[in-house]
Amino acid sequence: MTVPPPFFLGLGAALFVLGMVGVLVRRSALIVFMSIELMLNAVNLSLVTFARVRGSVDGQIIVFFVLVVAAVEVVIGLAMIVEIFRSRDTVDIDDVNLLRG
Amino acid sequence: MAAVVFVITAVLVLTGGVGVIASRRPVHSALALLLVLLSLAADYLLLDAQFIAMLQVIVYAGAIVVLFVFIIMLLNAQGGGERSEGARIPWSLVAVLALPFCSGLLAAVAGIAMPAGQVPVNFGTIQMVGRALFTRYVLAFEAASLILLIGMIGAVALGKRPRASMEGRR
Repeated sequence: MTVPPPFFLGLGAALFVLGMVGVLVRRSALIVFMSIELMLNAVNLSLVTFARVRGSVDGQIIVFFVLVVAAVEVVIGLAMIVEIFRSRDTVDIDDVNLLRG
Repeated sequence: MAAVVFVITAVLVLTGGVGVIASRRPVHSALALLLVLLSLAADYLLLDAQFIAMLQVIVYAGAIVVLFVFIIMLLNAQGGGERSEGARIPWSLVAVLALPFCSGLLAAVAGIAMPAGQVPVNFGTIQMVGRALFTRYVLAFEAASLILLIGMIGAVALGKRPRASMEGRR
């Protein structure tokens, strides 16, 4: 491995910040979901890097479980978005303020 | 060789990440997400994680992005999409918040010395990861299957609507 591990961690950090900005800025619930996926992938990259550095496969196992949870999260989240769109005709997350006190 | 691949994938990942959060149409965001996921799969190969790279392509690029595109098509066909364009929080404020955070993270990872030692030839192969998955982590593996089942039931329950409200609304 000729690329030093901190480069991969730096790439993961930059990708995480991009996802964070997306969650903060965008209005569409779909884009917010995609930004969450970006953050999950940034963390996955860091986990795989640490697994390689330690020479232990445990980090890759965690990535496997993150993949499983991400898949379930996307399925449930998109089902909720479709349901919100059916009842309110919008996917703008600022319009969905039913729980506002 | 590995350095060249890393630079190319890093550029693609960052370009795709900006594309996800900056493009106006959701479909373009989904395609940018696909670019990010495939480039990350190449990075996983550089890190000797063949099994995870394969899962990344099959599960993320294959299933999750297709699900996103499917939902985008469904919502666009019904006349949905983003109605009020423009940032929720002003870009300047986000930049003020995100830039120190990003530089802090980068400084933190740049400061540590991490010698990557040699790993066995079969490191990260399906055989090695599968062996760990079915011995030490077999309980967690079963729990993961339970989570998938719950997700499936939840999606069906959310997609189905009660009979009374269906008659009342349409």
